[in-house]
Amino acid sequence: MHIFKILFKNAFRHKLRTALTVLSITIAILAFSLLRTVISAWYAGVDASSASRLVTRNAVSLIFTLPLSYKEKIRQTEGVSIVSYGNWFGGVYIDEKNFFANFAVDPKSYLDLYPEFKLGEEQKNAFLRDRKSFVAGKKLAAKYGWKIGDIVTLRGTIYPGNWEFVMRGIYEGKDETTDESQFFFHWDYLNETLKKTAPGRADQIGWYMIGVTNPDLATEVAGRIDRAFKNSIAETLTETEKAFQLGFVSMSNAIITAIRLVSLVVIVIILAVVANTMVMTSRERIGEYAVFKTLGFGGWRIAGLIVGESLVITMTGCAIGVVLTFPTAKLFGHTMGSYFPVFNVGNDTIGYAIISSVLVGILAAIIPTYRAIKIPIADGLRSIG
Amino acid sequence: MENKAPIVEVRQVSKSYHRGNQTVPVLQDISFDIGDGEFLALMGPSGSGKSTLLNLIAGIDKVDAGTITVGGIDITTLSETDLARWRSVNVGFIFQFYNLIPVLSAFENVELPLLLTSLPKAERRAHVETALGVVNLLDRMDHYPKQLSGGQQQRVAIARAIVTDPTILVADEPTGDLDRVSTEEIMELMDNLNTESGKTIIMVTHDPRAARKAHHIRNLDKGVLNNDAHL
Repeated sequence: MHIFKILFKNAFRHKLRTALTVLSITIAILAFSLLRTVISAWYAGVDASSASRLVTRNAVSLIFTLPLSYKEKIRQTEGVSIVSYGNWFGGVYIDEKNFFANFAVDPKSYLDLYPEFKLGEEQKNAFLRDRKSFVAGKKLAAKYGWKIGDIVTLRGTIYPGNWEFVMRGIYEGKDETTDESQFFFHWDYLNETLKKTAPGRADQIGWYMIGVTNPDLATEVAGRIDRAFKNSIAETLTETEKAFQLGFVSMSNAIITAIRLVSLVVIVIILAVVANTMVMTSRERIGEYAVFKTLGFGGWRIAGLIVGESLVITMTGCAIGVVLTFPTAKLFGHTMGSYFPVFNVGNDTIGYAIISSVLVGILAAIIPTYRAIKIPIADGLRSIG
Repeated sequence: MENKAPIVEVRQVSKSYHRGNQTVPVLQDISFDIGDGEFLALMGPSGSGKSTLLNLIAGIDKVDAGTITVGGIDITTLSETDLARWRSVNVGFIFQFYNLIPVLSAFENVELPLLLTSLPKAERRAHVETALGVVNLLDRMDHYPKQLSGGQQQRVAIARAIVTDPTILVADEPTGDLDRVSTEEIMELMDNLNTESGKTIIMVTHDPRAARKAHHIRNLDKGVLNNDAHL
């Protein structure tokens, strides 16, 4: 017999109580992991951003545009390798609830600048040739059942009217951190239409996306670009793509902080549940611990029995919770894909869940262990019979 | 019965319990010896201090004053850790309510004290089987306590007590929860352990029939040792 056998036999002595405790831990670990994954999903754009890309926008606010004429001047700035540009289109597909990101971009430079969007050569050429075409991510296409050649109509909110697009490509992400739910089309299609319907809004850019020759010099290049447009009609603010993405995330700081707090509260709740179980268990077994002590089991061994039992219970719940996290996150990500295009359970999340469970297992056993060690053997034996 | 060299020496031992502000004396200035291989019965009315004296000799309680030497070691000077180690090697316990671990089989209960040793698994198995053979329960080694009768459980407890081949066996009312037939079986077994294996046994009992198996009976009354009766 190994000492672990005693731990397992003790842990499952009261099957219903242990099952309920394990169930509580499982649910808590599941909730904790999903909450942590939501936070990670919020930062997915930041994590996926490249160190070799800069974003230039209007210094006043992102809602103000920049002239198309800045493109050449930016291209000529020392340290710049490629310039692309785009506008947030804000189109609605059938109904507002069908939300997904859709942009008007300069197709050639955009695909060159974002190699993580993998598009077959044939589809790429077809996309570049057809000004009314669009490309969608694999997840988005699958969600709405779009196929190559399908005509998709978006209702413009920022740019009024019904806009028809022909699907010419479906891109795949380089890895699981790449957003596969974007929709992008030719900026020229947007601009030429605006020239006819709203000439005052034509030749205006939402933001420039810039590739730099040396990521280590990105800050210097950003400074050069902004200095070039100092005191112009539309001053620029250039920052790394990561900082640009963080700017979006920071708008939701209060929500993220609240989610973090709730995930901590979940851990405190399972601590209380397991501690309650262990206190009840050790109170019932105080006589048995006295017997172990008479047989020569010292304080550390008694502590090992109680902490070990607590860990068996918490780690069983943790293991089930972690296993269930993956399919649950997949289901959650599928349902909430519009808001969290990248919803993957990270290794760090699983790590935090395991570490938290170990800590809960140890902390929950502290008081029962102290009592079991401190009670005189004779007093413990008197509780039997 | 010839006198044997003392293996237990109790000298001027006193013990009191505290209940709130009250101090209740339990043992007062007790001194006596127990010879190697002796079978001693401690008798007396409830509250006379016999179980307390047994606990002190077995090293599971601490004296207020005096010394107790077992096998040449003054156990009153040992730390809790050293005392636990000493108990695991030198003392075998037999309790009134058997005190077996309900989730462990008879074999596993008997093996428990051996988990504290460095014996490999095969040797542990051999020791356990020997001990269970002594109490004639080899055929029940895979049974759990609730599948055994009271007498069988007490025999498993005896096997657990002797599996480490301890210096002394202490038994606190070992037949207190048993019927007459089981009582006789257990006392026969303890007598065999004493006469055939030479085990020193100190037993607390209320039962005169059980005490008859002992070489000596010592009576305690209100914490004072009264007489030493040879049977």
